[in-house]
Amino acid sequence: MTVPTTDRSGGFAGLAADDRVAARLYTDPEVFDCEMEKIFYSTWVWVAHESEIPDAGSFKMTHVGLQPVVVNRDRKGNFNVLLNRCRHRGASVCEVPKGKANGFTCPYHSWSYSLEGNLRGIPYPDGYEGVIEKQQLSLQKLRVESYNGLIFATFKTDIEPLEDFLGDAKIWIDRFMKQGAGFPVKVQGEHKFRFDGNWKIQLENTTDGYHFPIVHRSWMASVDAETADMLSFMTDEKAVTHALGNGHSVAVMVPEHVDLEEDDGSEELQERFRHIIDELSETMPQEQVRRIVRTMHGAGYNLNLFPNLSLSMSFFRVLRPISVNETEIQHMALGLDGGPESVNRERLRIHEHFQGPFGFGTSDDSEAWDRVQRGAVANPDMPILVNRGLGREETVEEGWKTSHVTDETGMRESYAMWTRMMSDDN
Amino acid sequence: MTTEAPEAVEAIDNRPAREPFNLGLGNLADPRVARAIELIWLEAQLLDDKDYEAWQTLYTEDAKYVIPVEPNVADFESSLNMVYDDARMRHMRVTRLVQGYSMSAVAAARTSRTISRFTVQEITEDTVTLRSAQVLVGFKRDKFQMLGADLTHRIRIAGDDARIDLKVIRLVNSDSAVNASGFLL
Repeated sequence: MTVPTTDRSGGFAGLAADDRVAARLYTDPEVFDCEMEKIFYSTWVWVAHESEIPDAGSFKMTHVGLQPVVVNRDRKGNFNVLLNRCRHRGASVCEVPKGKANGFTCPYHSWSYSLEGNLRGIPYPDGYEGVIEKQQLSLQKLRVESYNGLIFATFKTDIEPLEDFLGDAKIWIDRFMKQGAGFPVKVQGEHKFRFDGNWKIQLENTTDGYHFPIVHRSWMASVDAETADMLSFMTDEKAVTHALGNGHSVAVMVPEHVDLEEDDGSEELQERFRHIIDELSETMPQEQVRRIVRTMHGAGYNLNLFPNLSLSMSFFRVLRPISVNETEIQHMALGLDGGPESVNRERLRIHEHFQGPFGFGTSDDSEAWDRVQRGAVANPDMPILVNRGLGREETVEEGWKTSHVTDETGMRESYAMWTRMMSDDN
Repeated sequence: MTTEAPEAVEAIDNRPAREPFNLGLGNLADPRVARAIELIWLEAQLLDDKDYEAWQTLYTEDAKYVIPVEPNVADFESSLNMVYDDARMRHMRVTRLVQGYSMSAVAAARTSRTISRFTVQEITEDTVTLRSAQVLVGFKRDKFQMLGADLTHRIRIAGDDARIDLKVIRLVNSDSAVNASGFLL
């Protein structure tokens, strides 16, 4: 167990140990700049779910690290991630958050690009005769790969394939998508907010079972007894966090909902969904009704994918670093593509109850994270502790370090990856 | 794209002015409208005072209180909103804001809001629907926050009793980042 110091030989990696990190990790702008380069521009970053760009020509604006990009689906069905920057004088070629287009035209001098990013047209081209080759001035394209509907991009052409990077997290992605209950999962809408704190404060929170009954006491007090009981994991020994490698981890809060296709029939459907059970029962076999209603709260866990995505029960949490002390969060509500309208509406209401700037959960999380950033400026070399549960952590059959869901196993996994990526050897 | 010839400047200058009544402005003198505006301003004061228990009594039992995400959405039920409260959710929200368990509510910004630019959208036998603009300034921990919104209030009037039957708050930044806050709009 080493105490982190400001000794920077070996780069910033020395600021993190296996059970603690210097608070400087939240406050030092140089650390942040280095993270953009060594993490966000060097690994797979999630950019979209395929349901957000369903058709040929569908696009959305987003970011990889600090860099604005456009994600689209072209006519061949391929996904493209393009830097949102004209090759002529640098103007953004798209300022519509999402929509459908045949291509992108820069508003400044009308250079136009295809969905694949190829430069198609230049007005008054005679001035460029013998000066440029259009083939060499495509929009900069990132490498893109997808897994089970999740689209990732990277600036690096030489890193491992996405599936290798995801590794054992793939098992949990596959399980997560089972909440579609036979339908594809789709994004139904999103909340977006910013907080005055470093991105890693949010990264940690996704597998932080410890804060739940404290920060979310007012939410717990407002839900029905069955839902509150479902999330009473503080003393449930089966509620565990696994470290999955490559910075990924999963916090299991509702062990009986890990694999939603496993159903021994013993679980009572929640009475709060009675109106939906009654409605669906009119046209669907009981088995299917049960399958849909059991998935209403989503999967029984939060899967944290390093560095920017979490599959959290029934929504996606996406984090975007803005600066060392500001982070933007999106909470994307999920539904059943082609599924019953009443089910999708109920899922929206569940999402609104907890998430978003006026949600009963998010506003308190955001306040807690602001407080971390404010406090962490006091002696930035004093460590942040992520050692909870070290004494009871075990390695399970699958090879995953595992401890109780209230322990800090997930955070330790994130920081192990952070240290690896931030070291000078990398 | 249609290419109609632009109207000549003289024609625009000589066009008859829109009737004030058609803008809705003429209705501001209507006693029902005055009553509705009085209620909207009372609501604003109760919200700035964070007197949420008094605030919720201003609403009818069937009322909806909505902060949509998408700017032009009309079907709130099938859309993701920031808030989509019926009486039950409103009641739970008030409990949460006053009971002291919510750290964001305990540390909420002080707010001061101004509502103006009233126009009358509709008057029926027992309702008045007004649109207005709201500018809210909040202050917390050395930082100011500003939130602009277009408001729609439908007020139900029954004799001396006037209550809010629908409130829709369309924030100017609703589909962009809206920061979490421990207060109500």
